[in-house]
Amino acid sequence: MSGLMRIFAAICSQHMHLSWRSGQTMLAVSFLFIAITLLPFGLGPELKLLRALAPGLLWVVLAISLLTGLERLFQADYEDGTLDRLLLVPLAFEAVVLAKLLGHYLALVLPLILAVPLAGLLLNIEAARLPVLLAAMLCGSPALVLLGGIGASLAVSVRRGGLLTVLIAMPFYVPVLIFGAAAGRAGLETGVAVGPYLGILAALSAASLLLAPFAIAAALRSALR
Amino acid sequence: MAETQNLFSNLQHSRDAVCRADGLACARGAITVFEGVSFSLAAGQALCLRGANGSGKSSLLRQLAGLLPAAAGTLTHPDPAYGTHYLGHADGLKAALTIAETLAFDAALAGYRADNDAYADIAARLGLAGCDWQFVGDLSAGQKRRLTLARLIMDPRPLWLLDEPMTALDAAGRALVTDLAEAHLENGGMIIAASHETLDFADEEVLLEPRR
Repeated sequence: MSGLMRIFAAICSQHMHLSWRSGQTMLAVSFLFIAITLLPFGLGPELKLLRALAPGLLWVVLAISLLTGLERLFQADYEDGTLDRLLLVPLAFEAVVLAKLLGHYLALVLPLILAVPLAGLLLNIEAARLPVLLAAMLCGSPALVLLGGIGASLAVSVRRGGLLTVLIAMPFYVPVLIFGAAAGRAGLETGVAVGPYLGILAALSAASLLLAPFAIAAALRSALR
Repeated sequence: MAETQNLFSNLQHSRDAVCRADGLACARGAITVFEGVSFSLAAGQALCLRGANGSGKSSLLRQLAGLLPAAAGTLTHPDPAYGTHYLGHADGLKAALTIAETLAFDAALAGYRADNDAYADIAARLGLAGCDWQFVGDLSAGQKRRLTLARLIMDPRPLWLLDEPMTALDAAGRALVTDLAEAHLENGGMIIAASHETLDFADEEVLLEPRR
């Protein structure tokens, strides 16, 4: 492994390590389950209704669980001086940001997505219909993390900035939620093409991947001054 | 162990390296913290920054590390991404990691990997026991400070920027810092340290005057 690769891998794996050790992963997954379990109490036990609403509900709950984890994405490193240090490594700061986002995705978002099929069963989606929803989430979730990262980086210098992060990031989530829920609904019906929805979700993720690291790096740099 | 020894010992820094400030100024919002600061440092030299609280010692170090832009004046210094260590007030340590894991991260940021024996060796050299199992969160302030010194040993960089390097350290810890610093200067390194104490390794001083 070359030196730069090693730095990238170290930043990514340290982030995963810390979020696992601090219980963040388990908390987020538990939150997702609790929220999904509570929904039928609010909506009533109508199975048809639950099934029809399920794709949208699952996307919203996924987005919210993801947002709760975003607060600490850069804030801990900002407060304890790690970000200062990461600015002084041979790796471009944008790549450092990408390493942290990848670590966050693998440690927090992937377990959340893997928990979604189980949660879907609770909302009366047949197991055979779940792969489409899962594919839509795999295509769209990178955009959620990358766009959420912009919110987290802008709010990084604010103590208890979690709510601010959510406020900044939420508007960016609208397109992903629209197409994500549409893909999920299309997957519930037979004979409706889901390909275009997945394509748009993947495109949103790709565009975020291209732009978000630069925006996040710039926001963090200015916060560190 | 062999790998780390080779990396750390007898590394000679370039004798051409310089660190120079010319008419440097620092602004925080609308307030000018200091202005007209000039100094020049060659390989093997150390400088001690002095000044009252709030006179801008830490800000000057951050400027030298490239973390804070200069309001005026020019700075010549090694590329911070390769040539600078900055040890500030915030130590960048993670409470949930063990000493060995912290050292492994330090090594990775320097671009290599060593084995656990090498980490235990470095920890012992810094006067820290329980490398494999001791969590950083359980260390005292002085022990944490010692642990941050590992970066200086593991990643040889020509310019060290030390903010209050003696804070929280006992007599043995201070001697350790002085030893590391003297070895670094002998190898052609440069040190700029902000301190209220007398630093044995520093041969020059710059006083930051309070502005009214």
